[in-house]
Amino acid sequence: AKTQASLVGRIDALLSSSQSIDEDLMEELEEVLVTADFGMQTTMGLMQSLEERISAGEAADPQALRGLLKDEIRQRLRLEAAPLDLESSTPYVIMVVGVNGVGKTTTIGKLAHQFVSQGKTVLLGAGDTFRAAAAEQLTVWGERAGVEVIRQESGSDPAAVAFDAAKAAVARKADVLILDTAGRLHTKVNLMEELKKIRRVLDREIPGAPHETLLVVDATTGQNALVQARLFQEAVEVSGLALTKLDGTARGGMLVAIGNELGLPVRYVGIGEGMEDLRPFDPDLFVEALFEQQG
Amino acid sequence: MFDNLSEKLDSVFKKLRGHGVLSEDNIKQTMREVRLALLEADVNFRVVKEFVATVRERAVGQEVLKSLNPAQQVIKVVRDELGRLMGEGEENSLDLAARPPVAIMLCGLQGAGKTTSCAKLALQLRRQKRNPLLVPADIYRPAAIDQLKTLGKQLDIAVFDSQPDRDPVLICEEAQRYAELNGYDTLILDTAGRLHIDEQLMAELVRIKDSLQPREILLVADAMTGQDAVNVAETFNAQLEISGVILTKLDGDARGGAALSIRAVTGKPIKLVGMGEKLDALEVFHPDRMAQRILGMGDVLSLIEKA
Ligand SMILES: Nc1nc2c(ncn2[C@@H]2O[C@H](COP(=O)(O)OP(=O)(O)OP(=O)(O)O)[C@@H](O)[C@H]2O)c(=O)[nH]1
Ligand SMILES: Nc1nc2c(ncn2[C@@H]2O[C@H](COP(=O)(O)OP(=O)(O)OP(=O)(O)O)[C@@H](O)[C@H]2O)c(=O)[nH]1
Ligand SMILES: [Mg+2]
Ligand SMILES: [Mg+2]
Repeated sequence: AKTQASLVGRIDALLSSSQSIDEDLMEELEEVLVTADFGMQTTMGLMQSLEERISAGEAADPQALRGLLKDEIRQRLRLEAAPLDLESSTPYVIMVVGVNGVGKTTTIGKLAHQFVSQGKTVLLGAGDTFRAAAAEQLTVWGERAGVEVIRQESGSDPAAVAFDAAKAAVARKADVLILDTAGRLHTKVNLMEELKKIRRVLDREIPGAPHETLLVVDATTGQNALVQARLFQEAVEVSGLALTKLDGTARGGMLVAIGNELGLPVRYVGIGEGMEDLRPFDPDLFVEALFEQQG
Repeated sequence: MFDNLSEKLDSVFKKLRGHGVLSEDNIKQTMREVRLALLEADVNFRVVKEFVATVRERAVGQEVLKSLNPAQQVIKVVRDELGRLMGEGEENSLDLAARPPVAIMLCGLQGAGKTTSCAKLALQLRRQKRNPLLVPADIYRPAAIDQLKTLGKQLDIAVFDSQPDRDPVLICEEAQRYAELNGYDTLILDTAGRLHIDEQLMAELVRIKDSLQPREILLVADAMTGQDAVNVAETFNAQLEISGVILTKLDGDARGGAALSIRAVTGKPIKLVGMGEKLDALEVFHPDRMAQRILGMGDVLSLIEKA
C-alpha cells in the first residue's frame, strides 16, 4: 500500500514541504515524472522548460512550480481531441488495433454500449480470427451491448471478415461498424501487412473507411508504447488513441510523449472491466491525477 | 539522444578508455549515463538508484583507482552487478517435486498472458512426460473458459470442465479431486487477470493458495511493463509469496527493464519467458541474455575485452 499512494501524492507533498526551489526539489520532481512513465526524453524536456521558466522568474516558490508543470505537460498533450464525428459517414467505420492483451476487444464492447445508448445502431466485426475464443469473447460483449456480431470460423482470413462486416453494415444501414483485430506486436512485419490489407478491403467496400483507426495502449506499458504508436501509425494511419487500465496504479505518462511526438489525440480512457468503464479523455483530469493524493 | 544503451555505453566507455586513471568525476559521469540508459529501458527508478549506488561504491573504491586498468574494472562492475541482479548462476527451474497432483498457479494483471502461458506450460510438461490438467478458474473475463478449452483442444491436453457461475476456489478444489481420481499429476490453474490493488480479487487468490497449496505460484508479467512493474510485483509477492515469474511478450522489441525491477524487488527468479503467441513459444530464462538485452549491449563483453 505504501507504494501505491507514494507516486500520485508525491508532487503535492513535495511542493508543500519544500522551502525553496533547489536542486533537491528539482531532482525529486524528475523522479516523480520518471516513475509515472513519462520517459527520460520527455522528463528531461519538461525539466529543462521548467528550469528556463524558473530562471525567467516565473516561479517564486515551490508551489508555483505546480502550475508551470501542468502547463508544460498540457502543451505537450493534444488538447483538441475532437469527438468522433459519427455523422460524417454511414456507416462510420472504426478499426481497432494494438499489441496483444491491451484491451481492444473490451474497449469495443464498451464503445458499442456507449453508441447504442446514444441511439446508434452498431455492428461489430470479429476480425480476430487467430486468438483462441476471441470471437466468443466479442460475442459476449455484443450480447451485453445488444448488438450483432459478424464472425467467421476461427482461423479464417480476417480480411474476409472485414469484407463481410462492411457488406452487412451497408445492407443493414448500421450507423457504426467497429472492427476488432487480433493483437499483434508492431515488430511483426507480416502481421502489420495483414492490417493494411484489412484497411484496403474496408476502403473498397465503404470508400473512406476506416474513418477512425483507434490504437489501444495499455497504461502499464513503459517506453515501448511510443514505439508501438509510431509503428502502428506508419502502417495503418492511426487517428486516435484509447488508453486502458488507468484504474490501476500506472499513470500512463507515455501518453505525453506520444502526443508530443506523433500528434495523436487521446480519445478514450478505460478505467475498469465493466461496460460503463470508458470515459472520454480529459487532459485536465489526466494532469490533475498526477498531483492528486491517492488512496 | 542516443538510440540505445549500447551506443550510449559505447561512448561512455570510449571516454573512460582515454583516461589512465579514473577520477571520481569520471565515475560520476559514467554512472549518470548508465542511470539514464537503465531508466530508458524501463528499469524502475528505485532499482536504478540502488544499482548505481552499488556500482559507484565499488568503483570508487581504492583498488579501482590504483589499478592498472580502471576503465576495464568499472565496466566489469556494471556488468557483474547487473548479472547478479538478474539472478545469474541461480537455480530457476520449476520445482514440482511433491506428491501428485502438484498444483501450479498462474496469476497477474489483466492481459499479461496467463491463459496462453498455462497452455504453453502444459505442453512443455507433457513433453517432460507429465500428465497435466488445465484448470480454468477465470469466471470473470468473457469467454475465458472457452479460451482455455480451445487451447487444450489444440494441444490435446485435458481441461477441467468448469462454469462461470462457480466459485473459482471451488473449481480448483474440484479439479484437484478430479485429478486425483483420474491420474493427472499436475494441475495448472488459470486465474483471472486482476489489479494488485483489487483487495477482493487478491483475497480470492489467497484462498486458492491456502486450499491447494500450489508448489509453484508464478506471476505472469508483460515484458513491456513500465515503472509500475515494481508495485505489481511487490503486492503480488507480499500477498501470495510467489515462487517465480513468467515474463511474456519478449518476442517484441521492448528492452524489458521490468525484468530487472521485478527480480530486484521480489528476489524471486524469472523462470520462463514467452517468446510468441504460438504454444511452443515458452523458453527458459537466461539472466545474462536479459541483462544484455536491458542494456541493449550484446557487445559489452567485447568492450570489456577491448578496454
Ligand atoms: N482493469 C482494467 N482491465 C481492462 C481494461 N480494459 C481491458 N481490461 C482487461 O484486460 C484484459 C485484456 O482485454 P482484451 O479486451 O481481451 O484485450 P485485447 O487487446 O483484445 O487482447 P488480444 O485480442 O488478446 O490482443 C481483459 O481481462 C480485460 O478485462 C481496463 O480499462 N481496466
Ligand atoms: N507476442 C506474444 N503474445 C503473447 C505472449 N503471451 C501471450 N500473448 C498474447 O497476449 C494476449 C493476452 O494473452 P492471454 O493469455 O489471454 O492473457 P491473460 O493474462 O490470460 O489475460 P486475462 O485473462 O484477460 O487477464 C493474447 O493475444 C496472447 O496471444 C507472448 O509471449 N508473445
Ligand atoms: Mg482481443
Ligand atoms: Mg486469461
